[in-house]
Amino acid sequence: MSEHTIVSLPDQATARIPKDNYITRENGLLSWLLTSDHKRIAILYLISITFFFFIGGALAGLIRLELLTPQTDLMATDTYNKVFTMHGVIMIFFFLVPSVPATLGNFFIPMMIGAKDLALPKINLLSWYLYMAGGLLALYTMAIGGVDTGWTFTTPLSTHYVNTNVLTTGLAVFIAGFSSILTGLNFIVTIHKMRAPGMTWFRLPLFIWSHYAASILMVLGTPVLAIAIVLIALERTIGIGVFDPTKGGDPLLFQHLFWFYSHPAVYIMILPGMGVISEVISNFSRKRVFGYTAVAFSSVAIAVFGFFVWAHHMFIMGISNYAVLIFSLLSMLVAVPSAIKIFNWSLTLYKGSITFETPLLYAFGFMGLFTIGGMTGVFLGSSGTDIHLTETYFIVAHFHFVMVGGMLMAFLSGIHFWWPKMTGRMYPEKISQLAAVVTFIGFVLTFFPQFILGMLGMPRRYASYPPEFQILNVFSTAGATILGVGYLLPVLYLVWSLRYGAIAGDNPWQATGLEWQTQSPPLTENFTEMPVMDHEAYDYEWLEEQQKKEARSAG
Amino acid sequence: MQDSPTKSASAAHDEHPAYLRHHFSSAEQQADAAGFAMWLFLLTEVMFFGGLFTAYLIYRNWYYPAFVSGSHQLSVVWGTTNTVVLIISSFTMAMGVWCAQTGRRRGLVLSLALTFFLGLSFLGIKTIEYREKIEKHHVPGFHYSLQSFLDPQSNPEVYAEYHDKPLAPDMARHTELYFSLYFLMTGMHALHMIIGIGILGFMILRARAGAYTAGHETFVLNFGLYWHFIDIVWIYLFALLYLISRH
Repeated sequence: MSEHTIVSLPDQATARIPKDNYITRENGLLSWLLTSDHKRIAILYLISITFFFFIGGALAGLIRLELLTPQTDLMATDTYNKVFTMHGVIMIFFFLVPSVPATLGNFFIPMMIGAKDLALPKINLLSWYLYMAGGLLALYTMAIGGVDTGWTFTTPLSTHYVNTNVLTTGLAVFIAGFSSILTGLNFIVTIHKMRAPGMTWFRLPLFIWSHYAASILMVLGTPVLAIAIVLIALERTIGIGVFDPTKGGDPLLFQHLFWFYSHPAVYIMILPGMGVISEVISNFSRKRVFGYTAVAFSSVAIAVFGFFVWAHHMFIMGISNYAVLIFSLLSMLVAVPSAIKIFNWSLTLYKGSITFETPLLYAFGFMGLFTIGGMTGVFLGSSGTDIHLTETYFIVAHFHFVMVGGMLMAFLSGIHFWWPKMTGRMYPEKISQLAAVVTFIGFVLTFFPQFILGMLGMPRRYASYPPEFQILNVFSTAGATILGVGYLLPVLYLVWSLRYGAIAGDNPWQATGLEWQTQSPPLTENFTEMPVMDHEAYDYEWLEEQQKKEARSAG
Repeated sequence: MQDSPTKSASAAHDEHPAYLRHHFSSAEQQADAAGFAMWLFLLTEVMFFGGLFTAYLIYRNWYYPAFVSGSHQLSVVWGTTNTVVLIISSFTMAMGVWCAQTGRRRGLVLSLALTFFLGLSFLGIKTIEYREKIEKHHVPGFHYSLQSFLDPQSNPEVYAEYHDKPLAPDMARHTELYFSLYFLMTGMHALHMIIGIGILGFMILRARAGAYTAGHETFVLNFGLYWHFIDIVWIYLFALLYLISRH
């Protein structure tokens, strides 16, 4: 296995990082803070979401530490409520939603379609500033005492009963929402209007298709979250009554508005990750993605179905039996396009020339864990099992399998895959393979016991639990420490590689995407001349021809 | 090697108009992208107002008598006047777009100024209406009073027009919900008007300098879309809030 690799690096003795690239073109802090280059904005996002990820991660560590013992001994129950709320708010709105789109999407959507930049570069920078404003406001909220409603801001708890900082947290999420709207809008316009000559819709890499689908969700869903938060704020401050039963309002209306965004939001989080997996699977099995059209349309199908399943979060909240029946059926339908993707990736691997570099290891992690997360989602979509399992650790395990096991694996897969293009240097292979395996083991150990705990009836959002659940909780906390190591390793060796990594050259993976046909790190304007797309996506024979031609002209 | 990008950039700048941003290959592509982005932005606005319209429709179905009595407290005359004002302002805005496209600088400045003043008139009339609500204690959350609904004759002008029967206390309470939605929806609309008027002021200054009449009218065009959108939202608000009981 060790000798079998597709990596082809330039001769390290003579290779140099190109002098003129997007990092070296301009210098100084202001050249970064006022940039309109999509690649620099992607780097700004990468640094900031990593920062928020580790804050959210530290809060997760506190939660697991508290749950090591059945009693509440590490922190008071009120503090525990605040810790899990801030963990949810930060991880969802400040890490998962912008994770792949704002970093890898920002960097590679223009490059993959052969454009010089996103259609609206200044709006792109504005979206980063909005994200930072929201994020810093969330941190400020945490510093002045936090909020304890859970990340869902459920009424009437959030509007009438708690005395914590609902308004500032709401404002933070509201601002971050506009950042997400602007990113989605920018992507849609770019994909429609900025494609290079010959780049037809069905020659687009699947990464683009999945970002397109996610952008539709951002643009259509997020404004509804915004108005729901405005209503919460007005209900809390002046008591307008729309969610207040004593005035004739209905708290369920808030649930409908909130989940109309927040269910599609899980697809905003997962779809860009699926785009990464398509690229990685194809590249490391040296085959065109099996059923390209089906995978492309399954992304759009997820976006469309995703808007009609929100009430499955509300089966026990007093919606009518007929609504439960219909939303249960629709929820199961949304599993079909996800399954199409998993099957097609498996068939892409079938009889491919597979090499096991780190991005593929993470992608395998994604496929396994996302499949479990998705299948347990079907359990929860059927109302019978949902009524037993909802509000237990089964739910917690389910969405962590999808969000952490799925999305975070995809994010790390993508970061490793495109690291040489972004920085011009390779990450160290052996230790990163180790990190991928450690992450997988740590993840399964952390979250698999939680499925069993949920089946046994351990409720979520409590700092204490009956002593008979302790053994499984100890497993889970032990797993969390291993997971922590798994996440810390990439930060260390990726930073190390910025200086000491091997020079990657233009195309270390022998990949077909347009982003690989230019220098690494790329020029500010991406390409020296406008590329013309004259072949299908994932056409490895075209690439071979290209390389033969180059060898001939060089010889 | 290091010289070449700057050289080619300056050469390219000689060939194309100053307003063409470097990452577009043609002015058409740039205008196309900006227009498409504007339509998408309006789509997000539809979703934003959509949440409010949903709330309105649900509660109107549940508490129809309260919503009817609430709407009777609004002045249809002022509402109609404001509708006319906004529709005329949409016409002057459309004239502005036409002037920009045909290169008429003075016509453009005049049209934008008219739109600006019509927008201000709308807000002025809205202020008169809001003031009346404050006087009648019809602002939710601030000393809200049910008197107009429990005893309609206490408000002779409205009573003379509609002859409303007193509402049961239980139903009368729900008029507060009607006024919450009234202030929310018209308030959100007014906020969009204020932003629009601000941008109009900025555009008038730039238009006087001839910024939009030299072939680059995209900004005027897209602002026009925004202005017409606010107009359309108002037409829905007018029908839903003022004309509930008029079939």
